[in-house]
Amino acid sequence: MPRPMGRGKGMNAPRPQNIKGTVARLLKYLKPHAGKMVVVFICVLINAFANIAGTAILAPLLNGLAAVKPSPDLTLTNIAWLDDFAYGFAPGNIVADKITYLTILVCTIAGIYVIGIIANYICNRLLVSISTTTMTTIRNELFAHMQKLPIKVFDTNTHGELMTRFTNDVDVMNEFIARCIPQVVSSVLTIVGVFAMMFVLSWQLALVMIAMLACMLVVVKVIGGKSQKNFVAQQEAVGKLNGYIEELIEGQKVVKAFNHEEIAVAEFDKINTYWQTVSAKANGYANIMGPIMNNLSHFFYAAIAIVGAFIAISSGEPLGFVGIIAAFLMYIRNISNPIQQIAQQINMIFMAVAGGERVFKLLDTPVEVDDGYVTLVNAEVDEQGNITESAKRTGRWAWKHPHSETGEITYTELKGDVRFEDVTFGYEENKTVLRDVSLFAKPGQKIAFVGSTGAGKTTITNLINRFYDVPDGKIRYDGININKIKKADLRRSLAMVLQDTHLFTGTVMDNIRYGRLDATDEECIAAAKSANAHQFIKHLPDGYNTMLTRDGENLSQGQRQLLAIARAAVADPPVLILDEATSSIDTRTEWLIEKGMDALMQGRTTFVIAHRLSTVRNSNAIMVLEHGEIIERGNHDDLIAQKGKYYQLYTGAFELS
Amino acid sequence: MIKKLLQGGKGYEKQSILTVVFVLLETALEVILPMFMSNILNTMQLFSQPNPLKENIMYLQFSSFKVVTATAGTVITSTMLTDIVITYGVLMVISAVLSLTFGALAGKLAAVAGAGFSKTIRSRLFSKIQSFSFSNVDRFSTASLVTRSTTDVNNAQQSFMMIIRTVIRAPSMLIFSAVMAFIKAPNLAWIFLIAVPLLGVVMFFLASRVHPLFKSMLKKYDSMNAGVQEDLVAIRVVKAFVREDYEEEKYRAQTEEVRKAQLKAEKLMVLMNPLVSVIMYGAIISLLVIGGVDIANGRIESGTLTAMMTYCTQILMSVMMICFIAVQLVMSRASIDRLWEVLDAEPDIKDGENDKTVNSGSIQFVDVDFSYSNNADNLTLEHINLDIKSGEIVGVIGGTGDGKSSLVQLIPRFYDVLNGQVLVDGTDVREYSLFNLREGVAMVLQKNVLFSGTIRENLLWGDKDATQEQIEQACQAACADEFIKSFPDGYDTDLGQGGVNVSGGQKQRLCIARALLKKPKIMILDDSTSAVDTATDAKIRSGLREHAADMTTIIIAQRISSVEDCDKIVVLDDGKINAIGTHEQLLKTCSIYQEVYHSQQKATVEDGATEQPVETKTVKKSTKTASAKTAPKTKTTKKSVKKGGEDNA
Repeated sequence: MPRPMGRGKGMNAPRPQNIKGTVARLLKYLKPHAGKMVVVFICVLINAFANIAGTAILAPLLNGLAAVKPSPDLTLTNIAWLDDFAYGFAPGNIVADKITYLTILVCTIAGIYVIGIIANYICNRLLVSISTTTMTTIRNELFAHMQKLPIKVFDTNTHGELMTRFTNDVDVMNEFIARCIPQVVSSVLTIVGVFAMMFVLSWQLALVMIAMLACMLVVVKVIGGKSQKNFVAQQEAVGKLNGYIEELIEGQKVVKAFNHEEIAVAEFDKINTYWQTVSAKANGYANIMGPIMNNLSHFFYAAIAIVGAFIAISSGEPLGFVGIIAAFLMYIRNISNPIQQIAQQINMIFMAVAGGERVFKLLDTPVEVDDGYVTLVNAEVDEQGNITESAKRTGRWAWKHPHSETGEITYTELKGDVRFEDVTFGYEENKTVLRDVSLFAKPGQKIAFVGSTGAGKTTITNLINRFYDVPDGKIRYDGININKIKKADLRRSLAMVLQDTHLFTGTVMDNIRYGRLDATDEECIAAAKSANAHQFIKHLPDGYNTMLTRDGENLSQGQRQLLAIARAAVADPPVLILDEATSSIDTRTEWLIEKGMDALMQGRTTFVIAHRLSTVRNSNAIMVLEHGEIIERGNHDDLIAQKGKYYQLYTGAFELS
Repeated sequence: MIKKLLQGGKGYEKQSILTVVFVLLETALEVILPMFMSNILNTMQLFSQPNPLKENIMYLQFSSFKVVTATAGTVITSTMLTDIVITYGVLMVISAVLSLTFGALAGKLAAVAGAGFSKTIRSRLFSKIQSFSFSNVDRFSTASLVTRSTTDVNNAQQSFMMIIRTVIRAPSMLIFSAVMAFIKAPNLAWIFLIAVPLLGVVMFFLASRVHPLFKSMLKKYDSMNAGVQEDLVAIRVVKAFVREDYEEEKYRAQTEEVRKAQLKAEKLMVLMNPLVSVIMYGAIISLLVIGGVDIANGRIESGTLTAMMTYCTQILMSVMMICFIAVQLVMSRASIDRLWEVLDAEPDIKDGENDKTVNSGSIQFVDVDFSYSNNADNLTLEHINLDIKSGEIVGVIGGTGDGKSSLVQLIPRFYDVLNGQVLVDGTDVREYSLFNLREGVAMVLQKNVLFSGTIRENLLWGDKDATQEQIEQACQAACADEFIKSFPDGYDTDLGQGGVNVSGGQKQRLCIARALLKKPKIMILDDSTSAVDTATDAKIRSGLREHAADMTTIIIAQRISSVEDCDKIVVLDDGKINAIGTHEQLLKTCSIYQEVYHSQQKATVEDGATEQPVETKTVKKSTKTASAKTAPKTKTTKKSVKKGGEDNA
């Protein structure tokens, strides 16, 4: 049957480190379903019991039917209570009235089977509800948590890695709850029950069974280990193969341009052949497991029959003991299935626990610290300049600053005054990216950063919106230490347009509204107009209702950029950060955007990062960064007059033209 | 479809056939084994009751070491019992060992054949894709080709392994068991004739109901994960706009939908177990009732009944197995179809007959029309006439979507023209063999691609026999030697996948050096110095001139500074040549060229005028002229939207 859970499965899940802890934590998610779980457990118990009971009755039934000697000497099973039970149906005259005996016992067996089936259904049905709900809970929790993680986590983990938590890892956990737990519990119960019956029948034969089981476990372990090892190799080979395929197909144009097709195919064949070797080995070992499991019960059967026959003959009372063996043999057929089940599930359990471990690790990653207490509120300013809080959107904003010592609350109007005081910062302990950076941006000013890649331009913007934190008091916003401002409120007061525009699945309108969720259609269209995006949107097949998919793949880079600007415009923040917002656009398209940009920057404090000097020329202040330090600052004229780095950059471009 | 699968297994016929043979042997033994079991059980029960034998039974007498037959009616003695039990016990062990061996061999061979199958398919696929023209690749899309060669091949492999093992195993098990059952107890075996079709119908009915539910659930599941992916990629935007809660809500809605869809599918799915059990146990109970009466009347022995019960399980399991395979095949059908879609596609561009090589490097475009969709109403390039002499340096300027890259891609025949002719060296490019043509034309693409490996390995793509000296010369010309030498490992620095270890500008310079090593007659630089600063850009151009003076060079650029010293400059506008001339000529005559020039130089042109009002005015003016040109751009968008639609279909 199609099962989505099997996707992306790998047999070679790394062994989990803390099985007990992880399973315990996983089980905690089942707590809200404790009642249902109890029912599930009872049903599993009933089902296992039904399986054993069905067989248990089978022995006296068959023996009784075959009997010719009249009771009460008749030995049915050699288990007193079972015999009594069977006799109970036809006391004294089993031989005389075999049909009644048969009818009654068969009805009993049928009844037991029916109970088993019902219990099994209830159990599975409940588990489906439990597992789907639990997985939804875990998914939601995981997503919510991931969102709150600091940017650093996203910068240091690949997207693929984080995605795996949501896909493969959650899926194997689902498999664990929905299938592993009940199957293993039921298998174990059945095996224990059968062994109990075996010990009751004959402890000698039961011991023989256990010894053989142990032998089998060793064999399974050896073969399983070999298979596991090769599966790891196979997985690596697959990774290599897929990596090569991806790289070469993506670089196909280069391959063609360099007439490299044949070499590419030859190289590919090498990797492919290696994969074939390990894959054949790994699957070969894995495929042996099936026949071993299939034939297991045959070995048990033969061994018990032979050993049993000898014990019977040598015991001096063969008649009774042989009956026992016959019953014993029927039980053997009962445990081969559960043993197979457990063998199959063991790998699954390891995978699930390893997956759970990874999920929990992500859940345990500390979220962004936010001990800010200064919040952003709608404000009304009266003629005297007094600021009062307002419940409505007034278009003016204020920082609400409760002072812990005095208990008094002060309001500061949001203006967009940003200051850096000797900021030194590094992403890693001993690698400084910014050194002693000081700057101030007065409300409405345009501040530009110029410098080569890696000079630390983007880092500055990362600090302003607290994607990364700096020590207290180093950065002030309207005079307030930004570490005291609640992150959400801080970010709401800033809007960013990044080099890589990211659009979301949804309509164009939805994407613009992303800037401010309560913006009306009219406001969104007005924002699009001011960003110069209206024109192209109108020409899209469905205008503002055109669906964008996969990061807006059907739009050109310039159009995506315009949407990003419209998105920032609708947010209407006092501070704007433009990080290389126009760098991947040709100059003529840039004109279009520039107009939108200029409209957007009007009256806002703006931080601009660019490598095209024409973009930053009209800034109030330009900072030239090199190796994390501001080496020059001033407006365009000052810097030209200084004849320093900026001048070189600038005239370098000019002289060459 | 099965034919296609088997066809893919070519080269592994021996393994495939042997697998089938071993599987047959394995199942045959598995079906015989219950007979041995029933003989043992029968004997034991007859002995313990005690009853006389009802059928003849052959066994090995250990005292005389002879095979003897105990005839019906004999009462079993202790020695007989041990002899019979040992005989059949040993037979069981032998059969089990054989069955295990055959099974293991079949498994191993199936693994070999399966691995061989996917290797072959993958190789064929990869070679096929290598032979594809750009338009083939565009039609399939790169991402889809990658999925096809990875995920789809895997799915097909699973199906293939399943076919050669299970497809044989299940029906043969069904048939063997049924035959044995009819031989052993014909008066009981008819029960299977009811149970099997019943089970088949139930399974089929459920599968056909559950399958679409799971499919729709998978779709929701995929879109849920796409949502996570989107959020991950755009996390900076999410955080910057403080949309964590909003995204969470969006995700919650999606997980809820998946939950509902999954519940709906699984709810139906859990019915499977009880339904199958009812049929299976129903059959067993019927066996017990009818067989029980027979036992009571002394017509059969109880061991026979247990054997029948084993056959019952085997037969019904096989039926279930067959249903599973059917579903699996239907599921992988999509994958297989997708694979064969690629394998059956013909490369659009065929080799020319002529074995001429490129000698001089002159290029002519004669009235060329070009369209990516081969549609005369949707032309990307229109009426292009262009004459480039050998050794000339030509610049191409134009906006995004004006057709600059399309123009140059016609030269190495990455695409074919719709109308007109492209001549290299006076010969139509379609007459060259692709190999010879592309040997003569080097192209540094807009999207620079480096491959995993060292810098040297990547450079050797240009000329696999290049000496260290040649490599260094090329790198000097491309201004790459300096930074390469600054790396601790120099030319042996590992680039990582896709060249992640070097910056964009360094990547571009490596790509230029790589192309130079080809010693081409024609060099095309498609916006390939955009990430390099202007000073280095100029140095690269003079480096190129020194390195290969007679090389025809075409430079596509955004920056006027990159093309202004070219012998001639082509200005493209909306797929048409707007003007051709030198920098000075164009500055005087071509308005588009002037606009672009001023947009880049306005700062200096109006040097000193830094006050904002003046500035905004200039910007406004230039935007006006530019916005008049938006119409063609929107056209491009429509095109791509439509193209996207086709892909989905």
